[in-house]
Amino acid sequence: MYRYDEFDSDFVQQRVEQFRDQVERRIAGDLTEDEFKPLRLMNGLYLQLHAYMLRVAIPYGTFNAAQMRKMAHIARKYDKGYAHFTTRQNVQYNWPVLKDIPTILEELAAVEMHAIQTSGNCIRNTTSDQYAGAAADEIEDPRVYCEIIRQWSSLHPEFTFLPRKFKVAVTGATTDRAAIRVHDIGLAIKKNAEGEVGFEVHVGGGQGRTPMIAKAVRDFLPKEHLLSYLEAILRVYNQLGRRDNKYKARIKILVHETGIEELRGLIEAEWERIKDSALKLPLDEVDRINDYFAAPAWEKLDATSRLFEVKRFEDRGFANWVKANVVAHRQAGYAIANISLKPEGEAPGDITDSQMEVVADLAEKYSFDEIRATHEQNLVLPHVKLDDLFEVYSILNTAGLATANLGLISDMIACPGLDYCALANARSIPVAQAISKRFSDIERQFDIGELKLKISGCINACGHHHVGHIGILGVDRKGEEYYQITLGGNANENAAIGKIVGPSFSYDSIVDAVETVVNTYLEIRNGKEESFLEAYNRVGLAPFKERLYA
Amino acid sequence: MALQIITANRLLDGEVVYLGENAEWIENLSGAKTVDDADGEANLLAAAKEAEATQKIVGAYLMKVARDAAGIQTLSVKEEIRAKGPTVRYDLGKQAR
Ligand code: HEM
Ligand code: SF4
Repeated sequence: MYRYDEFDSDFVQQRVEQFRDQVERRIAGDLTEDEFKPLRLMNGLYLQLHAYMLRVAIPYGTFNAAQMRKMAHIARKYDKGYAHFTTRQNVQYNWPVLKDIPTILEELAAVEMHAIQTSGNCIRNTTSDQYAGAAADEIEDPRVYCEIIRQWSSLHPEFTFLPRKFKVAVTGATTDRAAIRVHDIGLAIKKNAEGEVGFEVHVGGGQGRTPMIAKAVRDFLPKEHLLSYLEAILRVYNQLGRRDNKYKARIKILVHETGIEELRGLIEAEWERIKDSALKLPLDEVDRINDYFAAPAWEKLDATSRLFEVKRFEDRGFANWVKANVVAHRQAGYAIANISLKPEGEAPGDITDSQMEVVADLAEKYSFDEIRATHEQNLVLPHVKLDDLFEVYSILNTAGLATANLGLISDMIACPGLDYCALANARSIPVAQAISKRFSDIERQFDIGELKLKISGCINACGHHHVGHIGILGVDRKGEEYYQITLGGNANENAAIGKIVGPSFSYDSIVDAVETVVNTYLEIRNGKEESFLEAYNRVGLAPFKERLYA
Repeated sequence: MALQIITANRLLDGEVVYLGENAEWIENLSGAKTVDDADGEANLLAAAKEAEATQKIVGAYLMKVARDAAGIQTLSVKEEIRAKGPTVRYDLGKQAR
């Protein structure tokens, strides 16, 4: 894992002290709310419906047991005993009080964590593939480049006041698990014909009220040019991006209005000018950072484990969990174990303080002290021996953390919605809970197969509904909660924005409507091999529309 | 004019508060001061301005309410949730007290 150097710890420490001073001045009345708001947002602090909300970054989703324990401690001591994992590899606390925030940040700094770049119009926390360093289909570890981007972007004076927030995601694998095509910049590590490793660069993706899939701006960027190319993109955006209307300020609008061809010309021209400047990455520096992400000391093991096979045969619950949540590892004898934070009837992404401690203990004992947070609001133990999987499962199960549903319909993304969020039109969490109860039968979920359902409480789309195979968007109809359904969205390498199926549904009818969509799929599919998305792509909206509005 | 009260979040902890009958910022909707004319509305806004200037509250706004035999009633899901707490966790927020 990356460890702070002196510069990093000084920077984070100074930020804590500055913010302590700012909070004191706010409470004393030396700062007005208008003056204080941009300062608190630079430190991840929002004001929500019932209380403040603190958003803490988990850079590229990688963290360790000590950090998880600290997060549990904060949940217990300063909050209400739980935390919420978000879709951008952040964690949110929903109830902290203002005067405690500097102390919370100080506690986080002690374990090399912070809330910087989690809000405001800056380059946000760079996100990545949760299986980085463990995935069987990985070309190179994306976290190395995320860390390089972090070092370049934190405190970058030119990019501290962008027209709007700016989100970057990096994947190092052929399967995109980081939704890079719905980010302002999406980077996919690839090999060119000569076998050199570089990046395919996508720009202008985003969700919100004008969802867009990013456009490829460069097919292959040699890796030493990563920062100069990003700087060229950001500079063009900073100069041309609209500041007159916040809904038109994201780079996706610039790409849309200017056209990718013209924009590419501007970016490439700027890049030509700066590509051999100090921004050119020295390869020994890449190597130095690479060392932080060196593979753990995996043992040489057989590709199969007798214990694992026996337990899988004996224990139905374990077999289901393995089938849904366990993924192939690049190292023989190891597996990637996903921990679903979507137990039946619970709020997606929420986890209690004591559950966090269970995960921390497991990571330390069975996963080389590594934990990952996913953009789908789950956790991962990335390096578990097959021999240990049953033990890990049993401990998770006792803690209520062994829900088997990864990638199935009950593994939903849902934003906080109207239960917490001041911007919401409608509640998201109770809709998610009701759907998860309706589809609780695991055999039925396996029969339905891969189905990504995503719910947002308003058009800001924090719950990624635009890219849900089934998307649900909360809308306000004369003060009442209504829900619009979209179909056919996709966040992976074949990214697509879902299409609205028709008029919205009331709170009381939305779960039935989802079930109708699912049943329609089951009727029309060409056998079990055809997934929901494949079937939709074959038939389009019509059959679903017919059934929903019959 | 419709019946109105004024609400905000308390600066120190973000708690939802309402301006009460005797000019205090209180946590319970039931004790909020209601007005139904322009003068009353102006008084509420002036009180909120004063409270914002003295670091008591942030983000004050007027909200429409109804009154029935049981007392003051909210008119939207959002205000109902602000007045009680998350509908998904009855152990949290005002409803838990
Ligand atoms: C509860 C407080 C929150 C507030 C006030 C908030 C606010 C917003 C706003 C205003 C936008 C639209 C930005 C734009 O279009 O430029 C947005 C987008 C987004 N938020 Fe949130 N959000 C909140 C919570 C969350 C949570 C809990 C998550 C993760 C579960 C999240 C993840 C995102 C994502 C992924 C986007 C889409 C980014 C894009 O436009 O491409 N937010 N949020
Ligand atoms: S999508 Fe809307 S309701 Fe949901 S968290 Fe984002 S801003 Fe709030």
